[in-house]
Amino acid sequence: METIIQIDKLTKRFPVGNGEFTALKDIKLAFRKGEFTGFVGPSGSGKTTLLNIIGSLDTPTEGEVSVLGQDVARLTHRQSAQLRNQHLGFIFQTYNLFPVYTVFENVEFALLLQHIPAADRRKAVMDALEWVGLADKAGSKPAQLSGGEGQRVAIARAMVKRPAIMLADEPTANLDSKNSHHILQTMKQLNKELNTTFLFATHDEKVMGYLNRIIYLEDGKVVKDEAVVAQGMP
Amino acid sequence: MIQFLFKGIIRDQNRSLLPILVISIGVFLTVVGSAWFKGVFSDMIDVNANFSTGHVKVMSRAYAENAAQMPNDLALLNASQLLDTLNAGYPGLEWVQRIHFGGLIDVPDEQGETRGQGMAVGQGIDFLSPGAHEPERMNIPGSIVKGRLPEQPGEALISNDFAERFGIGIGDPVTLFGSTMNGGMAFANFTVAGTVRFGMKALDRGSILIDITDAQAALDMADAAGEILGFFRSGHYEPEEALQLKTAFNARYENDTDEFAPTMLRLNDQNGLEDYIALSESMSGIMIFIFVLAMSIVLWNTGLLGGLRRYNEFGIRLAMGEEKKHIYRTLIIESVLIGTIGSVTGTLLGLAAAYFLQEHGISLGTAVQGGSMMMPEVFRARIGPETFYIGFIPGLFSMVLGNALSGIGIYRRQTAVLFKELSV
Repeated sequence: METIIQIDKLTKRFPVGNGEFTALKDIKLAFRKGEFTGFVGPSGSGKTTLLNIIGSLDTPTEGEVSVLGQDVARLTHRQSAQLRNQHLGFIFQTYNLFPVYTVFENVEFALLLQHIPAADRRKAVMDALEWVGLADKAGSKPAQLSGGEGQRVAIARAMVKRPAIMLADEPTANLDSKNSHHILQTMKQLNKELNTTFLFATHDEKVMGYLNRIIYLEDGKVVKDEAVVAQGMP
Repeated sequence: MIQFLFKGIIRDQNRSLLPILVISIGVFLTVVGSAWFKGVFSDMIDVNANFSTGHVKVMSRAYAENAAQMPNDLALLNASQLLDTLNAGYPGLEWVQRIHFGGLIDVPDEQGETRGQGMAVGQGIDFLSPGAHEPERMNIPGSIVKGRLPEQPGEALISNDFAERFGIGIGDPVTLFGSTMNGGMAFANFTVAGTVRFGMKALDRGSILIDITDAQAALDMADAAGEILGFFRSGHYEPEEALQLKTAFNARYENDTDEFAPTMLRLNDQNGLEDYIALSESMSGIMIFIFVLAMSIVLWNTGLLGGLRRYNEFGIRLAMGEEKKHIYRTLIIESVLIGTIGSVTGTLLGLAAAYFLQEHGISLGTAVQGGSMMMPEVFRARIGPETFYIGFIPGLFSMVLGNALSGIGIYRRQTAVLFKELSV
């Protein structure tokens, strides 16, 4: 399997008052295509900061982070926006759907940014909604959906452009157990069918049960990096 | 993408309704205000032009210097020859002679003894020539309260207030006492053909209108006229054209040292109308500036509130890879769409209101009574070509400016904190 993310001696420091806070220190990691990996650790351990940098939302203070062959530190704002637009998908703790648009339109938005023709857009959106089992809700507004359905629409929106990498920050934090498993199964299925790389930042043990690799972070350092056998739904 | 944005605008009332309302109201006020001021100023200018100044006026130099005193002893001589010259040289204007005079109107009883007397201002205008436009120009047919226009020499119109004060009826005789252009005493009898009310205190207090030939005969002004007025045949005053005309005409008499040589003044040069015209021309600009400023501040605030409300939306769009510049641009496109909708709505409503005011006007008779300035009692709006587009300037500009200012926050957004911001 090809390496699609390469992190070498990554350090991230934030200015705090007159001093600095080190969020990540000397991180060295590599991720292959199709991984289903989680960053696990207590609050402040650097999970989200790591996702930010991999997602080209932030840049390293030191070291090098290469995503799909592009050095995120050297990207212009436009180039990093293009990287996110074309190759990265984001799933947030809250679903952040556009409330005035229908489920179909929410998912379609990602493709509008890529200037894909209307007919192709329609097919891709309906395919994405089929994946997450919400094709029948295409005309609904986000307010008419349950929490689990909302998060599935968010997944469809992130997946519709077939990104190489999906970054998910606590995607199940607002869901009950049943919906959490449903979401995770959906993501696992997409991981298998489309060979999409999933990277999670999570506290949730339910998420951990689906991961193939868990990276433990503590005080900005990798303290353990282990391959695990996914157990799925108990 | 435009279609997508349009759907959002239509569905999200918070994003569209308030700005559209603000713009519609502002545009409505701009359109109505602009048409209103245009109407009022135009009416005032027209009233002055039609009754007093013309679009241009030719007088003797000496008369021009003392025009306020109506000095007919300084009137133009050989007026018909000058009139022919003007008609031949400047066919784009209609040229008419007028004589202004002051005098005493004596009202006799059945025995011919004086029953009453009153001061009056008089005008000799062309009533009797075939196809004369003067009565219509001065709206005399519409101002007649009783009787009719003079149809033969020796007939006169007098102001209705004057007639009521002295109990003068249609067909009654009145005698005009005045002075001839040579300084002698003038007497002339007239039959009252009708009474008029112009709605202007200055004229309604006491006035007499007679045919120009009667005035020339009564005041011993054979082939003389106090003034020759020129009116553009389009009916509208054209300041630049009038200036060219005046310059060319006066240049012909530049080397003539005779104080009775003719001189031309344009409307701007008379009765202090220059300031009114300047104000009338700048009024639209002033109104646009005021509304752009006021609406921009309101819409800036609305945009800031909208920006706060749409904070998550912009965040998710940034995370999804939309460039800040593109988000900002779509915000501007949205503002153009909203500005256009608001401007069209406000313009349509404004045009309807302006049309109503143009047709019916507002009577300010009580307010203008007692003033000596020549102004109409009923003020009307006037719809012109600019009324159809003037509202779009503040409507679009303020919406775009308001959003452009509030949207600057998009550029300040830190993508590094999106995960945190969007997880709340």
